[in-house]
Amino acid sequence: MLLFENISLALSGLRANKTRSVLTMLGIIIGIASVIAIMTIGASMTESMQSSMTSMGATNITIAVSQKSTEEEISEGGMRFEWGPHSTEMDDDDLMDEEMLSDLKEHFSDNIEGFVLSEELGSGEVRSGQDYAYVSVDGGNDGYIEGEKLNLISGRLFTEKDQSKGKKVCIISDYTCNNLFRGDTEAALGKELSVVLNDEFHHFTVVGVYEYNSTYNFSTASVEDTETSLYIPLYTAFKEEHKDKLFSRVEAKTSLDTDVTSFLMEVQDYMNEHFYRNNKSFEVNCFSLSDMLSDMQNMMSTLSLAISFIAGISLLVGGIGVMNIMLVSIQERTKEIGTRKALGATNASIRTQFIVEAIVLCMVGGAIGIALGLGIGMIAAQKMGYEAYPSVNGILFSVGFSVAIGVFFGYYPANKAAKMNPVDALRYE
Amino acid sequence: MKDDVIIEARNVVKRYYVGQPNELEILHGIDLRVLKGEFVAIVGASGSGKSTLMNIIGVLDRPTAGSYILDGVDVMAAKDAELSEIRNQKIGFVFQTYNLISRTSALKNVELPMLYAAVPRRKRIGRAKALMRLVEMEERMQHKPDELSGGQKQRVAIARAMANDPAIILADEPTGALDTKTGRMVMDLFHMLHKERGKTIVLITHSPELAEETERILTLSDGMFVGERKGLGHAPV
Repeated sequence: MLLFENISLALSGLRANKTRSVLTMLGIIIGIASVIAIMTIGASMTESMQSSMTSMGATNITIAVSQKSTEEEISEGGMRFEWGPHSTEMDDDDLMDEEMLSDLKEHFSDNIEGFVLSEELGSGEVRSGQDYAYVSVDGGNDGYIEGEKLNLISGRLFTEKDQSKGKKVCIISDYTCNNLFRGDTEAALGKELSVVLNDEFHHFTVVGVYEYNSTYNFSTASVEDTETSLYIPLYTAFKEEHKDKLFSRVEAKTSLDTDVTSFLMEVQDYMNEHFYRNNKSFEVNCFSLSDMLSDMQNMMSTLSLAISFIAGISLLVGGIGVMNIMLVSIQERTKEIGTRKALGATNASIRTQFIVEAIVLCMVGGAIGIALGLGIGMIAAQKMGYEAYPSVNGILFSVGFSVAIGVFFGYYPANKAAKMNPVDALRYE
Repeated sequence: MKDDVIIEARNVVKRYYVGQPNELEILHGIDLRVLKGEFVAIVGASGSGKSTLMNIIGVLDRPTAGSYILDGVDVMAAKDAELSEIRNQKIGFVFQTYNLISRTSALKNVELPMLYAAVPRRKRIGRAKALMRLVEMEERMQHKPDELSGGQKQRVAIARAMANDPAIILADEPTGALDTKTGRMVMDLFHMLHKERGKTIVLITHSPELAEETERILTLSDGMFVGERKGLGHAPV
């Protein structure tokens, strides 16, 4: 009934006192903007994690060797004994070898489909004559190469023989190919490249060229200077490093019907029981991406809570500001209130008018805050390398909260206006 | 009580600070009877109790003692919300200082009493426009009060007073802030509403010349009526 009239009246009031309105709304704008910004960043992080999880395979579990935690025991006499790792340095005996992995796979043959194994040699330059390109050299088994989802332009992936014999072959990106072979992907095949890593030369023969996906590249380097991956077989990587085929961390691909959470514990117990029972310093820990995701979500919600608390204080201050300005406005408009009462306004309709005005003030502030927060949150999420997703919950919450502040802090001034004596109000100058 | 009596006030007393040492009696038992279609003036010097009486006639304030029946409604027995409705439906106020709502257009000001009476939008706007035509302000309906002259503002205020077709129009020094010429126009408007529309008008003023134009003149002094005589009943020729 009067609602529409009240809203348009309140909006015209806001326009008439622009500076005052904006200053009043500032607390609410800042409060809502910070809530929305943090929620947008949080939503973007979890959404991006989730989508990358599904593309990477959420069913992968990570098996890692880590130090045993220190245990403390207090004797009857009150003496403290520490039962801790005897050495902190990980040596070859503490690492997982291929034998362990094949045993694990055999034991859990229903659940484990394969392993994703990799060994990084580091970053360096690849040279061919005068030309060069920047690369990071990654050694990987078939499972790893498969997971990278390479889009081959020419040549082939690694053969079984490349992997088992540790042949000195490599797959380069089209960026590298552009720098070294002027983009001729066919000419690159079969050429020997020398790669300089930590002042050491390594030689690999090109067997394939893949298309570099620049979508997720946020570096500011030019196309010529962009560092891309140069893939070599896993065994080759170990041979180049003169190391045995040992791992401190492996990823296992699980079958689709595996319950990852319970399977994690099974694997962990099996490994520790069979291979690390007598190891005094190290044990095996298993975790999965979904575990990490829930950890991150926990962390995000703790962070959100902390920021929401600060935002809450800002909103409280903002709400008091709204109450203050409403009291001033009612004082200024005493004569208007008296006139309205003379024309037949009931106490209830005066109260409604001023509560609606407070709500409109808060909601306009809330809307500006939401726009500002979304802007900040989405830019921040993008800068951090996540795809930006607005938090719908956050927006709904903010709108609701703005209304609540308006009602809560508008009620007292509105009630004061409603209870004014019409005779005194009319006489007020 | 006869049907043609609009205002029936008996022995109205108004005291302030009741029960306190500085208790003050402003009205000492006023009797007032106004008939339907009458144009009455209440004159008195400042301090005579004019404003207090106007507040009571206008149902903005309740008498301390006595009885007051307005258009068949007992004001003494009415609750606050009912008083709002009486003001809305039965009384049209015209103030010396116009009291238009400055942030909204002239037309919206005229709509306001109908808004509180929950008159449907279409009907409300139609009637507001008709009233603006009646006071010859149809050219300036969308103007804000600040953009109007004093005389124009008072004409809008009169249109607003007519909005819910009230039983009486209560005008408190309606020409007090206007020059002679525009004041004349406003008085002509009251004569027109009285003659052509049959409105009951109560004019409160301190000016004997204006009072002379009405049908009946009541003189208030120190909270009591001290004189009653007939007036011209039309504008001076």
